[in-house]
Amino acid sequence: MQDTKTVTVSGSAVASDRTMKRSRLTRTWKGIFQNWELYIFIAPALIYFLLFCYGPMYGIQIAFKTFIPTKGITGSPWVGFDHFDRFFHSYYFWDLLWNTLSISLYSLAVGFPIPIILALAFNEVRNGFFKKLAQTVTYAPHFISMVVMVGMIITFLSPSTGIVIHIIEGLGFTAPDFLTDPRWFKTMYVLSDVWQSAGWGTIIYLAALSAVDPGLHEAAIIDGASRFQRVRHINIPTLVPTMTILIILSMGSLLGVGFEKILLLQNPLNMTSSDVISTFVYRSGLVSAQYSFSTAIGLFNSVINAVLLIVVNQVVRRVSENSLW
Amino acid sequence: MLSGVKESGRDKIFLAFNYIYVFLAFLIVFYPLVYMVSASISDPKLVGSGEMWLWPRGITFDGYKRVFENANIWVGYGNTVVYTLVGTAINLAVTLPAAYALSRKDFVGRNLFMGLFMVTMFFGGGLVPTYLLVKKLHLVNTIWAIVLPSAASIWNIIVARTFFQSTLPSELQEAAQIDGCTNMRLFLRIVLPLSMPIIAVMALFYGVGNWNSYFSALIYLNDTSKYPLQLVLRQILVLQEMAAQGGGAIDSSSAEALNNKAEIAALVKYAVIIVATVPVIAIYPFLQRYFVQGVMIGSVKG
Repeated sequence: MQDTKTVTVSGSAVASDRTMKRSRLTRTWKGIFQNWELYIFIAPALIYFLLFCYGPMYGIQIAFKTFIPTKGITGSPWVGFDHFDRFFHSYYFWDLLWNTLSISLYSLAVGFPIPIILALAFNEVRNGFFKKLAQTVTYAPHFISMVVMVGMIITFLSPSTGIVIHIIEGLGFTAPDFLTDPRWFKTMYVLSDVWQSAGWGTIIYLAALSAVDPGLHEAAIIDGASRFQRVRHINIPTLVPTMTILIILSMGSLLGVGFEKILLLQNPLNMTSSDVISTFVYRSGLVSAQYSFSTAIGLFNSVINAVLLIVVNQVVRRVSENSLW
Repeated sequence: MLSGVKESGRDKIFLAFNYIYVFLAFLIVFYPLVYMVSASISDPKLVGSGEMWLWPRGITFDGYKRVFENANIWVGYGNTVVYTLVGTAINLAVTLPAAYALSRKDFVGRNLFMGLFMVTMFFGGGLVPTYLLVKKLHLVNTIWAIVLPSAASIWNIIVARTFFQSTLPSELQEAAQIDGCTNMRLFLRIVLPLSMPIIAVMALFYGVGNWNSYFSALIYLNDTSKYPLQLVLRQILVLQEMAAQGGGAIDSSSAEALNNKAEIAALVKYAVIIVATVPVIAIYPFLQRYFVQGVMIGSVKG
């Protein structure tokens, strides 16, 4: 209907351009109208994300205010950057930042290569019972809850009764007090993480390896390449895109280290090396109810994360073809 | 593909090292799991002294008996089952329709919605603003504080969307529309029955996540009677609040009894770890295929 009307009016180039725009517009409206049910499909998710993900973003403003519960978020008085100032000048600022960054980088340095090596090794094992068993077992710890995982760490490492302590002493060494010695906290955190997630982490690499063209390997065999050479020159290059994406993603959560686990592993004795930004946010915000101060620290944390992600992604996009967007 | 090729000497050495490496990895993961099971049914004295190191010794089922007698654990188990079922149902009801809509190329505004959702992967309000919101909505200390703030995960929506895009041919939808089939009917009668694998994957991913989560319960629930299993476990395993409980018959005045209490507490710990983990670990090998599939679908468009 609309189309016939516009066609009769049109004559000049400008008008026909307008017609095209309008007909594209009507087509859009027609598309929306025809598929109106799809908007009902997406409505629950939309409501969820707006309410529970964007909703809290509105509350971020209390980082620049002094939150008074009776006055609410909007009614509380503005204080500018006071909370940030207090945080940056506090005596614990550098400790928190150092702990957060060092735990992240430590787990990245150890936890990133191990699944790759394991996946390459799995890939060289002949399909059969042993491969299946090894994979099933190494994937299993992924399903152990964080609370149980930390419970296991505590029982295995508890002085005088833990099995790890017995093993270390059986080998003739004196076992350190892993649970309370600050020097051991990071290693304990990183190694237990590797135990729990390295197996599961291989899946994504095995998926990439299964896509390797068998012709490449056949050609390499004919050329006399050894197994090791084929792994080195065919399999590893295949994994590079996956590695790049995972590295970028982990950069985006550099300051968001395994908060739930650290919170459970913390005790007053290892605090000097186990307190990270997110656990500090939890303690100051929800335990001691310093809502505004804690929101400011949380905001600092998420801004750094977002900036790191964007910067790393840009850099990677410049130097290679793989990037998140 | 390599069956016809004879392995050369250096390849044999490489393969041998490779098998040793995989076997070691297997052993490192497997040993603690076996040890846990053995320790849960062994004499706590032998476990504590390190004499029990692989196979159960001095078999006793006292740990399990105490776990099953502990009312808190049962209440927690019940709560967790309810939270997991309700939570996972909500997760699926939110994720699947949204993922299907986003998979449709003729859905006007899909990029806008997708962009809106993806932003939340990288930036959020943070802990305190989220807490204040949940409080303001009067959800604190109800089941809704546990299930609603985690009603959907953008990662799972992307996985499901990728599945719909890659497995459902667009001809299917066109044919159905020519026949006058509405989108609702198309989704319920054709799309969902064809998408059982992804429904299984989503239910498992969300289900395990719900079963294992403790943090939202920690911050939003005040009543111990509403605690999920993971919080009860936290009291027993991490805060070590079990030692004084359950040993009513023991005379606590003597040193031996105190020692006994500590041993029983240790025994209970192993038993409780097994009881809490068994449902997930027991079903996992049968469903491993689905889990792996889920990760692989996700990796296609990571």
